[in-house]
Amino acid sequence: MIKKTILFALILMITGTAFSQTKKRQLPAVDIKLPSGETFNTSNIQNDGKPIILSFWAQWCSPCISELDAFNEVYSDWQEETGIKLYAISIDDVRKSSNALPFAYGRDWDFEILLDPNCDFKRALNFQNVPQTFILDGKGNIVWQHTSFAEGGEYEIIKLLRKVTNGEDISDQH
Amino acid sequence: MKMIYKMKNSIKILLLFILIPFLAKSQGILEGGSVHGNFEINSQYYNSDDKLGITDSILNGKVFGMNAFGNINYTNGNFSAGIRYEAYLPPLSGFDIRYEGHGIPFWYTSYKTKDVDITIGHFYEQFGNGLVLRSYQEWMLGSDNSFNGARVIAHPFKGITLKGLIGTQRYYWEAYENNNRGIVKGLDAEFFLNDVLKVLKESKTKIMIGSSFVSNYEKTRTKTIIQDTIKYEYQLPNNVAAFAGRMNISRRKINFGTEYAYKINNPSAMNNYIYKNGEAFLANLSYSKKGLGIMFSAKRIDNMSYKSKMTELSNALDINYLPPLSKQHKYSLATIYPYATQPNGEMGIQGQIMYTIPKKSKLGGKYGTKVEINYSNVHSLKKEQVSDEIGIDSTGTLGYTSGFLNIGEVNYYEDFNVMMTRKLNKSWKVKLSYINMKYNIDVVEGHTGEENVHAQIGVLDVLYKINYTNSLRFVYQQMFTEQDKGDWAAAMLEYNIAPKWFFSVMDEYNYGNPEEDMKLHYYSVAFAFVKNVTRVSVSYGRQREGLLCVGGVCRQVPASNGLSLTFSSSF
Repeated sequence: MIKKTILFALILMITGTAFSQTKKRQLPAVDIKLPSGETFNTSNIQNDGKPIILSFWAQWCSPCISELDAFNEVYSDWQEETGIKLYAISIDDVRKSSNALPFAYGRDWDFEILLDPNCDFKRALNFQNVPQTFILDGKGNIVWQHTSFAEGGEYEIIKLLRKVTNGEDISDQH
Repeated sequence: MKMIYKMKNSIKILLLFILIPFLAKSQGILEGGSVHGNFEINSQYYNSDDKLGITDSILNGKVFGMNAFGNINYTNGNFSAGIRYEAYLPPLSGFDIRYEGHGIPFWYTSYKTKDVDITIGHFYEQFGNGLVLRSYQEWMLGSDNSFNGARVIAHPFKGITLKGLIGTQRYYWEAYENNNRGIVKGLDAEFFLNDVLKVLKESKTKIMIGSSFVSNYEKTRTKTIIQDTIKYEYQLPNNVAAFAGRMNISRRKINFGTEYAYKINNPSAMNNYIYKNGEAFLANLSYSKKGLGIMFSAKRIDNMSYKSKMTELSNALDINYLPPLSKQHKYSLATIYPYATQPNGEMGIQGQIMYTIPKKSKLGGKYGTKVEINYSNVHSLKKEQVSDEIGIDSTGTLGYTSGFLNIGEVNYYEDFNVMMTRKLNKSWKVKLSYINMKYNIDVVEGHTGEENVHAQIGVLDVLYKINYTNSLRFVYQQMFTEQDKGDWAAAMLEYNIAPKWFFSVMDEYNYGNPEEDMKLHYYSVAFAFVKNVTRVSVSYGRQREGLLCVGGVCRQVPASNGLSLTFSSSF
């Protein structure tokens, strides 16, 4: 009974706000970790007004590694063209989280590495599967989100990045 | 009477929830709020399959299973609240049958500023490496040990994080009442010394230290055990405490992290009711520079199972997390023998080297070659008798003694593997893997008396890019072993059109099975469609029996045959 009441009340609140939801979605502020053990709040994910890519990955996830390998090959070109910064956020748990940085360096990746070992950031962003990729515009709005990776997916991303850099709205793109 | 009381309460809550939005609305709080969430449906239609031993009588009318969840979160400035609905109608085969049903096992309200974060309701948490406390969820494994209670996180000064929590853990759908499981309390403090100490402010050496204290209270703490026709009644501690200290030092390319945990005696079904104290130790050392990463880790686990119910033997109600130190393999045949931590005692090491042979070098080729070498080895603890008369692990005794560095003779797991990735040209990419593992199937899976499995696996993984968005991938796996189910071969062909379409056909063939009629083909076809955050996948075929592991938790997946459908999305 209590649960039903709570559910009912929440639905009321949610429908009330969902209709008035006009504000663009921003990143939630969550405490995660830098590889040095330092706490890092996700509100510090910034790139001086230029677009940002967030890519959630894990060392056990084959398509995640293929995706980041593919991004890495074109990353310097992307940076030159759009000023992009890519954060590769490892959701490996303690079993492998301390290996995320040596793994990334050993694969020659140039990305910023962050650790989310208990999936707090992942949970706050409401998704279940990796790889999961987000594009943020210069104002920090989440303008695009995509799950899974197939070879060639990187060409789609650069097209979108160009649009974001030109100030176009891509939130209805697919 | 109870019913009326409950109803009154509900009316109060209902009024509160109706009033709050109205009040909030009038104050303008509701403006600018946002609603987000996600959901997933995993369902399977089961066929009977005589070869797998799945007959109509075993299915017993259960031709369909479904696990589904939906999350809805509301955020407005510093305030947030949310619920998760789950339904298992009935649970997919392999999931604990106690999940059958539906309801809201997770809801929370939270208020968060830069300095303080208060959560009432359900939450997940990890102290340090989790050796004394970690609650988390693995949806695919049906494991969820979330806390229900209250938590406060404070950042009183830059570089300092303090956490305090109290709650009970999720146990399928069973509500907490009348002390049917423990109440867990925990405190944690973490200091990033470069922010706290002036002398370290400009230092390139970064130091973090932290410590945790956790206690579990269970009211009923007597246990009657009959041994050799004599009835013993054991008095067990009401409160079981655990402590841990940790540290991380990094300087430029080198990083060192370690944690030590100690647990006061905690007789339980897991450790055969011995009164020995427990301990756990974990250390990682790594070196990272562009193109090269080296990692070495070591651990000791000694009587460290820590649950909020002393009689629990399943994966449920774990308060802490003990990570296995071995590679999580990606290829399907290499996951047939996955290692899982032995909480009663083990000692292990792991080393890994990742290296990119530079591009345009003789060995590296035009695009460079990535090499990954990994080795892990896990042994038992060397346990000695407490006294001549008392056998090791005897109920009601101190169990055994074991020196901190004493490695036992029994090998639980050993794994040496090499993987190489090379892009040949714009169209072709090749990955080669070799895995050589020894797996103690007696200890890890409880197959008493079975000899260790020694398996060698080779994998060829070829990718051909037809054009910008179309690609073909072919994977061939071969496993040789004299033990257990013998040799396997597997082949898979995948056709992908980025970023939306995925098709695959696969066959795993257990041609070396010692039983003639179990030399089976496990064939399947799969298709998936992805549009941004929405994913639909359909697969049809036979599924091999095995352990499905994510992170440190494994679930036994029974063999099955049928059609499965998965749908997920977020908003």
